[in-house]
Amino acid sequence: MIHFVKKALADIRSNRFLNFITIITISLSILIVSVFLLFFENTSRMIESWNQGGRVMIYLKNDFTLDMLPDLKKKINAMGETEVMIYIPKSYALERLKKTMSSQSTFLKTLKDNPLPDAMDIRMKSNNSFEKIQKFAQSIKAIEIVEDVEYGQSWLGRFLKIFNLFKITGYAMCSLFFLIALFITANTVRLAFYSRQLEVEIMRLVGATETFIKAPFYVEGLLQGFFGGIIGLATLLISYLMIAPGVTQNIASYIYFDIRFLSVQMILLIIFGSTFLGWFGCYLSLKQLLK
Amino acid sequence: MQHSLTHARYISKFGFSQLWGSINYLLKNMNVKNNKNSIIRLFNVSKRFGGKLALKDISLDIGQGEFIFISGPSGAGKSTLLKILYLAEKASEGQILIDGMNLARISSSKLPFLRRRFGMIFQDFKLIPARTVYENVALVLEAAGEKPSFIRKKVVQVLRTTGMEKKLKALPPTLSGGEQQRVAVARAVVGEPSIILADEPTGSLDSSSAQTTLDLLMEYHKKGATILIASHNLHLVESNIRGRNIEISDGMIQRTATML
Repeated sequence: MIHFVKKALADIRSNRFLNFITIITISLSILIVSVFLLFFENTSRMIESWNQGGRVMIYLKNDFTLDMLPDLKKKINAMGETEVMIYIPKSYALERLKKTMSSQSTFLKTLKDNPLPDAMDIRMKSNNSFEKIQKFAQSIKAIEIVEDVEYGQSWLGRFLKIFNLFKITGYAMCSLFFLIALFITANTVRLAFYSRQLEVEIMRLVGATETFIKAPFYVEGLLQGFFGGIIGLATLLISYLMIAPGVTQNIASYIYFDIRFLSVQMILLIIFGSTFLGWFGCYLSLKQLLK
Repeated sequence: MQHSLTHARYISKFGFSQLWGSINYLLKNMNVKNNKNSIIRLFNVSKRFGGKLALKDISLDIGQGEFIFISGPSGAGKSTLLKILYLAEKASEGQILIDGMNLARISSSKLPFLRRRFGMIFQDFKLIPARTVYENVALVLEAAGEKPSFIRKKVVQVLRTTGMEKKLKALPPTLSGGEQQRVAVARAVVGEPSIILADEPTGSLDSSSAQTTLDLLMEYHKKGATILIASHNLHLVESNIRGRNIEISDGMIQRTATML
């Protein structure tokens, strides 16, 4: 094995330009795939954090009275999704609104009646999907005394649709770049093979087995894939360290969310994937060339 | 019996002028059978390239430790004969036995093991230009899965006997033709093969280098190797032959002569 690694390294050295181009191509493909994965990992984490204890706000009808509250709570609890349930009387809601909108408080003071409804703030149990929240909200809306239910249905639903579309596009792009890298690796091996055709012929004449002939090509492919993966990830890490703090600061005014780098498992998976890519490209070429 | 039939056919084809040569051949074959173990046997071997017959009905018996010159003009079929022995080409008809192994029954996975029994020398040397002299010679032992310590020792030893020990790190293109052929001889013998096949080994060498190459081959012959040299250089054959000369023309054996 050491012999084959030495041989492959020597071949990489002797065909520096060709190998450099291949490694750079693999690293660019890995970089693009990793950017998508970084985005998906962080977005998924963000969605997960939103879904954890999804919030549902229930607005009650004007004829709601406090003596109806125990019965309402009982009905909601029976649905089995509630973690915390807080009743917000309309008077409290108005006070809170006045505090929040202190600049417009004069306008609010002119109000004769409180236009706000009584409400219930419900935090659901964790790990709820959007569909589950939607179903829960619909069940609540069916209760007679409930006027309306708000759970961010319009924007969350739209966001999820866009996210899923982006995810599919991402997968398609990843597959495309994987194929491009595979094609280029396979062609590099092909070119390396043609440049070493005499060597292969001589090896055969002196009694080398097919494994002995092929092994350096495979090791070369594996090394190209491995180094391509490492360079791609290193470039992503450098870019992440330069860009992520700025992005986190910019979005901090809207939401608290820290952008994290890829998980260790994902890094290992990417390196494994790129190494496999190098091997597979080599396999495809040699299968055609060394029949 | 097979050989007698073949030669009866051979005599009928070429008339009585070839009779003496054929009797000589038969006597020689009998001698080989009686005194030496046959290492290469060809039975009615023909090779066809498209419509053209490159070898026609060749039957041959080569004993272990024989020194054979295969002579004849260019295009006579000498190289084809060597090529079918190391299976670079497959015989279209006939049977070939190498040390008892039937070449027709050798699978592609077993082919490398057959080739390790041969040492091969070519007119164009067939050295890997990007590898040093040492690496070119070591390749044979690496392919055979020998240990690195053994390879180092053996390669240096063989390069010493061919006078190339001072050029271990040289690349083939920096060497003269004679030096490259010495490296090729070293590569051919490093695995201690029982048969050495040389296809026009002196074809691109000056007379001095050609003689050195032949002397080296003679040395390995003395150590017990069976040597087959294909050459169109009649002068070289006549001045050097210590064994059998098989003359080929138009893909057929025309004459065999034994020189002592």
